[in-house]
This record gives sequence, structure tokens and C-alpha cells, in this order.
Amino acid sequence: MAIFEKAIRISDTVWEISPSFKEGMRVPARIYGTEKVVREMDEAVYDQITNVATLPGITRYAFCMPDGHSGYGFPIGGVAAMDVDEGVISPGGIGFDINCGMRLVRTNLTFDEIKPHLKELVDRLFQKVPAGVGSTGFVKISRSEFRKVLEEGARWCVRNDYGWQEDLELTEDSGCVEGADPSKVSEKAIDRGYNQIGTLGSGNHYLEIQVARPEHVFDQRLAREFGITLPNQVVIMFHCGSRGFGHQVATDYLELFLKVMERKYGMKILDRELACAPFQSPEGRDYFASMNCAINMSFANRQVILHRIREVFSEVFGRSPEDLGLHMIYDVPHNTAKLERHKVEGKIKTLLVHRKGATRAFGPNMEGLPERYQEVGQPVIIGGSMETGSYLLVGTPEGAETFYSTAHGSGRTMSRAKARKLWRGEKLQREMESHGIYIRTASWSGLAEEAGQAYKNIDDVVLATEKAGLSKRVVRFVPVGNVKG
Amino acid sequence: MPYRYLDEISIADIAFEAWGKSLEETFTASAEATLNVMVEELDTIRPLVKREVQLEDEALDLLLFNFLQELIYYKDAQRLLLRMEKLEIGEREGKFHLRCLAVGEEIDPARHPLRLDVKAVTLHHFALVREEQGWKATVILDV
Repeated sequence: MAIFEKAIRISDTVWEISPSFKEGMRVPARIYGTEKVVREMDEAVYDQITNVATLPGITRYAFCMPDGHSGYGFPIGGVAAMDVDEGVISPGGIGFDINCGMRLVRTNLTFDEIKPHLKELVDRLFQKVPAGVGSTGFVKISRSEFRKVLEEGARWCVRNDYGWQEDLELTEDSGCVEGADPSKVSEKAIDRGYNQIGTLGSGNHYLEIQVARPEHVFDQRLAREFGITLPNQVVIMFHCGSRGFGHQVATDYLELFLKVMERKYGMKILDRELACAPFQSPEGRDYFASMNCAINMSFANRQVILHRIREVFSEVFGRSPEDLGLHMIYDVPHNTAKLERHKVEGKIKTLLVHRKGATRAFGPNMEGLPERYQEVGQPVIIGGSMETGSYLLVGTPEGAETFYSTAHGSGRTMSRAKARKLWRGEKLQREMESHGIYIRTASWSGLAEEAGQAYKNIDDVVLATEKAGLSKRVVRFVPVGNVKG
Repeated sequence: MPYRYLDEISIADIAFEAWGKSLEETFTASAEATLNVMVEELDTIRPLVKREVQLEDEALDLLLFNFLQELIYYKDAQRLLLRMEKLEIGEREGKFHLRCLAVGEEIDPARHPLRLDVKAVTLHHFALVREEQGWKATVILDV
């Protein structure tokens, strides 16, 4: 790839594009990954990450994580930390699916114990966790009650018996970010979201039953700290976000920013999808308050889904969720902008860290970690394709270089249309079943588009992430059951 | 069909091109292309409910942007799959106005072969351009 040659090799896993590459770049762009992984990235990644480097207030570098692929505005895998006084906030640096993220739950069951019940588990999960176009959840609440969800996030769920107190401790930001103001949210956004709590969505969203094989435990001590103690232990991992509510919040403010950006604030950008406003402006503050509502809605969504999972396992095994050890390992968002304290040129500064398709990965002893993970660092959950596997990693002190940000998934290498030409959903389902993965889907063509070979090799991506020091591998999980949106 | 999906522009999402002799035809084709991402066979949608759509914007391309969002809004807010009919676009007092009838029915997974939930219309490479034969729109949808 010609453009790759323009990057300067900083180390085996860091590639830099200097500000001379494009007019207006305020900082260099840095792409993380082994040469193999970085060469696989599409050319648009370079264009997009260097566009990010032109945004006002960007601090140190525009980063792209090892799973980077082309998005709109920011690439997926893009990270930008903005100065809170001089910098901007950009919906295109967060994504339409605000607080799309991953939740990982353990059990005290082994694969042999669930094997006879696997189909029943997946079938019941498919019923109880609605997926696909326009699906609605079982939580029926009024619009005014929904506004409380926006303020309280997962806390609302626990207050209403959709979860345990300990779930909050094991969710990033304890399942509720501050500064969420529902008065800044449009009625349209409420219309689109208030009946969708407890739904998966579609595309690459999923709910999987996975197994931790003994040969896939990379670090016994850390695995034990995270509750992975049995050979072939069963875990549940799922991936979803703030549904129609978050999508509408992002759309509303993208439009507003387009109108004020140049006229009111005299800012020009290279791609309209990078529309932004000064963080300290009324528009910027209103978006931040609305985006925080969407972060909380998404925490609530994943919390209610966990409640449904506990119900299903409890029904199938005739035992309580407590008895089955259905404890959370952690919940990580990967589409957010957050105020965080980081060291810049020797001084601690508050920065607005945009992560779009990137996971926060705090190292050991950092403020904001649950007490039980203080010594080990933050669990990082990286989902792979539905046919291959997923990972649990842990944050490292070296992560400081990227403001403690790491990868979030494997990243597509093939368009959806091409995948649909190569695979048929019904046939793929049968093939996966013969390989030991029982899958239910809301859409056959949607299933074909998610075929494992349409994605980068997750092992390569995660290894590159570890080599770059962004986070460290703990356990790899293989899928055995899947509910596909 | 006066639209085609573009493989080469977006790997993770869905890009399309839609065209027509007039603005009205191009807008209608863009709506069909968006709906077709959510439902594979548009003819399975029966004309049982109607919604009136009225929009205005200073910029013609942002009018299209808002128009496509109506489809996405009704899909979530009222679980409706809608096809756009009797579309009219005009210009008055420096603003473009759009009126049309959205006709369709509630989502029924048993009868509608569903594909992907469209989250949003993006502005990445978003374009509405005049060509010799009429108009052409280029759109990337977030799915």
C-alpha cells in the first residue's frame, strides 16, 4: 500500500504520519500495530486519522488502534484527547452508537455441564433478548421514567430489580456518568429509545456463550483475579449500545454543529462528518450533556440484558443466578468522549478523550477502577468475529502513551456486499453448527455479512495490541452459542 | 431500481448511489435504497398506514439528509416500514420545501425479510449533484 510507505516507523508497533502530510494537521498521527496489521488497514484510515489531527485542541497525537478501519469522520479505532479550554467536541469522534460496548459475565459452569442445554439456552436467549430491525424490549416505561434512566443509567435498573449492587461496581463509571441532562435531548430521541431498553440491535451486535479452554489462558494469576478459575469455564459476552436513542442524539447534534461551526465559531473542517463545536460553547456543552444521557441509556440497556440472561440460565438449570455464579467480570464502552485526568508534558491535565471504536484501558492503581481490580488493572473486553473468538485483556501502565486506550474488536476487511455474495446465511448457520457453534439470527443476510472471514484475524490484532503495550492478554474465549442481531 | 450499493466506499457500513431525472425521483430512489437495507423485499410492505412528511431546509442536500432520517425515525419510534409517495419539492423564500406521503405498515419479522437496522445517515461523502440527465445522490448509512 503506497500510503503506508509515507508513515515513519517509530518502533515495531508504532507508525507515525508527520504534520507535513496534510495541510492543517496540528499534531502527528500515530497508528498502532504490527506491520502486518497496519498494512491490512484500508487507505481511508490514513486519510481519516490525519483529518482528526487537524481538529482544534488535539493533544499529543491523533491515535489509531490496531483494529483501525475506515469509518466516517474518525476512523473506527480513532482516539483524540482534546484540551478542555481550547478544544472541540465532535459527534463523529464518538460514533452514532454512543456507548456501544461490551459486557462480560462469568458462570461457575463448565462446557460439559451446559452442552446438553446449549440449544435451549440459545433459543431462550433469542426470545428474551430481542434483536434485529425495530425490536423493542420488555421494560415498559413512560417517557418521563425514561428520562430517569438517562440520568441514572444502570443504577435505575438495580433500583428496579434488574440487577445486583455489585454489577454497578463492575461497570465502567459505575454504570452512570455525571452531567447527563435530559432537557438537552430532543423529543425525537426519546421517541426512538424509550421502548428499546433490553434490545441488542443488529449488524455486528451479538450475545455469545463462550468457553475458556485451559490452553487459552495466557495469565493464570490474572485470570483467577477476574474469576476464570475452571478448565472450560463458560462465560457470556455481549455487544450492543444505546440503540435508536443514541443514534438520534448524535444525528441531532451533528446537524446543529454543522450550522454553527463555521457561521458562529469560524471553524473549517475537512469532512462534514467531523462537525464539531468548542467544548466550552453552549452547543458543545449541550451535546456533552445529551451524549452522557446516551452513555447512561446504554449502560441501562446492557444491565437489563444481563438481567434477562440471569433469568434464562436460572430457568434452564433450575438454580438461582447466584448459585450459578452469574457475576459480571466488567462492562466497557468503546464509543464515548470522557473527561479524564492525564499527564501531559509532566503536568496533570483534564482532557476530553474521544474514543471511537476504542476501549479505555486503565493500568493498575488508577483512580476510577473498582477496588477489587486496583492491583491488577482494568479488564478490557475485545470481541472477535462470531466464528473465531474473543479476548479478555488487562490495562497496563504503558498505556499512558495513548491516554490508556486500546483496541475494541477485530475490524472488518471485507464489505458487507462482498460477504453476502460469498456466503448464504442458512448454509453458514449449518456449517457453524457442525463446528460446534449453535446460532440463532434475526436476519439470514445479516448473518452472512458477519462471516468470520469478513474480519481481520482477531489473534493478530490482539497480539499487536499486546506487543504495542496497550493492554495484555489474559484469556481467549471460543464461541459455542450465539444470538445474532 | 434507480439505485446501487457501492462496495468500495465503506467496508463496515452501507454506501449507495441513487439517481433520477428529477429531484423528486432521486429523493424517492434514495428512500427506497435506505429502506432496502432494512428489508430485503420492499414489495412485502403493505400500504396500511399513512404518515405525512413535511420538511424544509436552506440546503438541498441537507433536505435529503433529513428526509432519509424520517424513515429511520419511524422505524424506531413507531416500528413502521414506509415507502415514500407523491413527493414534491419546491423553493420558497430561500428555503427548499418537501412534502410527501409515507405509506406502509408495522414491522412483522414473519412477513418482512429483515436485514440490517440503519442507525443513521452519515455526512461522510454525502452528496447530491446535478448531472446531465438529472440528479444523483451518494449516501453512507451507519448500520
